[in-house]
Amino acid sequence: MKKRIVLSPYLVWSTIFIIAPVSLIFIFAFRDIDGNFSLSNLKNVFMYSDVFLSSLSLSIMATLACLIIGYPTAYLISRTNPKTQKLLIALIAMPMWLNFLLKTYAWMTILEDNGIINNLLFYLGLQKLKIINTQGAVVFGMVYNFITYMILPIYSVLIKTDKHIIEAAQDLGANQNKIFFKITLPLSIPGIISGVSMVFVPSVSTFILSRMLGGGTSLLIGDVIDIQFLGSVYNPWLGSAISLILMLLIFLCMAIINFFDNSKAEKEIAAF
Amino acid sequence: MVNFSKNKTFLAFCTLAFGLLFTFLLIKWQIDNKNEPKQVSINVYNWGNHISDGSSEHINVNAEFERRTGIKVNYSTYQDNESLYAKIMSSATKYDVIIPSDYMVAKLIEKNMLRKMDFSKMPNTSTIDKEFLNPSYDPQNEYSVPYTWGVVGIFYNKSLVSESPEEMDWDILWNPKYKGRIMMFENSPRDAFGIALMKLGLSINTIDPQDLKKAAAEMARQKPLIKGYVTDQVFEKIGIGEAALAPYYTDAYIVTSGSKDLGLAIPKGITNKFVNAMCICANSDHPDEAQQYINFICDIEIATENIKHVGYCTPQQAVRERLDPEISQNKSLYPDKEILSRSHTYENLPDETNALMNDLWLKTRIENNNSSKKFICILLGLFLVYLGLSASKIIKKRKGNYT
Repeated sequence: MKKRIVLSPYLVWSTIFIIAPVSLIFIFAFRDIDGNFSLSNLKNVFMYSDVFLSSLSLSIMATLACLIIGYPTAYLISRTNPKTQKLLIALIAMPMWLNFLLKTYAWMTILEDNGIINNLLFYLGLQKLKIINTQGAVVFGMVYNFITYMILPIYSVLIKTDKHIIEAAQDLGANQNKIFFKITLPLSIPGIISGVSMVFVPSVSTFILSRMLGGGTSLLIGDVIDIQFLGSVYNPWLGSAISLILMLLIFLCMAIINFFDNSKAEKEIAAF
Repeated sequence: MVNFSKNKTFLAFCTLAFGLLFTFLLIKWQIDNKNEPKQVSINVYNWGNHISDGSSEHINVNAEFERRTGIKVNYSTYQDNESLYAKIMSSATKYDVIIPSDYMVAKLIEKNMLRKMDFSKMPNTSTIDKEFLNPSYDPQNEYSVPYTWGVVGIFYNKSLVSESPEEMDWDILWNPKYKGRIMMFENSPRDAFGIALMKLGLSINTIDPQDLKKAAAEMARQKPLIKGYVTDQVFEKIGIGEAALAPYYTDAYIVTSGSKDLGLAIPKGITNKFVNAMCICANSDHPDEAQQYINFICDIEIATENIKHVGYCTPQQAVRERLDPEISQNKSLYPDKEILSRSHTYENLPDETNALMNDLWLKTRIENNNSSKKFICILLGLFLVYLGLSASKIIKKRKGNYT
């Protein structure tokens, strides 16, 4: 009983701010302007299938980039001594203290055609690069903003790895590579999975990055939803339908990601 | 587990403390609310950068109103007419005074979202020039009081653009010479379509789907040349040479005249004239205070200070006379009869036309490339291979177990 009482603030919170809005989205998605039941919104969502695909592929790219950069970082940090670890983790988490929009504005000035990077290249006698207003810049923005969410979970799993297992493997004559691929990597998969989901979900639904770093020329699905609610079109019904489909899509992706968790996957395949 | 009973008391204590805090806040909130009616507050919803807010040497209009009347002003801003409309339709917040442009005033009147005003309570509105009375968007002059007006012009970087301002027309925004250095209106499809329609020589108020499709094709043709679709970054980007050309509301020139490279041209052909007008929402709780506010804004002294700060054109002759002649006599800033004779005003369009325009506008801005499809296919393929491999591993393991 006591546990329930302690839990009640969160339950109230989640009912008001999570369950109610999601059910509203669900209701709106199946209504037309006059409030009648209709499937036309869901049908119209497929008009934007291209946007869904490009958002998905951009966020997958960003997630992979985060993983490729983040895993070695987390691994190396976990191998240093505890004092340095604390410092390094604080440094990694520091950008999170700054506002997301502020950081992105800063990147706009850095990546511009006459920005810091291009000026530097120019002084070095190199050719200027076209960085801003490309999809690459959008992916970069995602990686920059979300990489912390990749490093932290992987790091916390890595430091919890039982040192004795590694020592045992060393005793049995396994070399560094073998230890990494047979012990450290498989044991850190839960961390990778939570990192991947924590990067993937916000990047697939991000809505301001493409306008700020992509110049608004290639809208992502988050922008399309934003426009339905607050932009030029006032069509919350279609916006809800798109959000609903996006949620389903994210669930699907999460399911796929979870398959990489060996222990779970084995159970699921065995269930067939 | 040993300290379970201790934990229990601790948890109970926490819950109690939390509950007490919550009740306390609730009670305080209630009391605050009860005390509220002593001070009436009105919600004002305006364009961004559209009032003198005390950031320059001119007076802070809202603060001055609060000081003189004791009515509190909750001031917030929006980016374009359409987001104002979305906000009002979703009726999340009640606004008292809003300042939409011409066609949006008409649309809001049509949807019964505006309240008729009592002009006898707003004596200062008599200073508004006759030519702004009974406009096409509010033919009976019952719902709106003109606040500012202006036309759409082309902003350019003097060192990057070789054409002289006199010879510029909308097609310069399609000139491949300036590839990657042209910017376009972002949020309002009306503004973006307006430019494409004016370039094609079609009416900006067309309801013919074919015309709109032609305009959309024109914008698709322009897209590869475009640096970005933006709203408020126009001057900054042009001023530093990041971009060369962009259409924008001419009035903003004064605000940004700090940059010497920034030029302004009024296109040779047709252009768009707009009027931003103050209206009172139909669901306003304080219509009288809202009228008081509008009356205050129309006061010559206040309006002069305000216009000096925002830079838009004033609909009051008396205010114009008090401005710096360099501004009030400047043809691009205060368009003369000749320019006005070739400028058109947006009218309210039927819902179907707006919907079509929005669809076409979104399509223009969506990248449809096949590379993302390929990428997803490859990933799915890889995943299937992985699934197959792990399944075969498990089957092998099982076989091993059975033998």
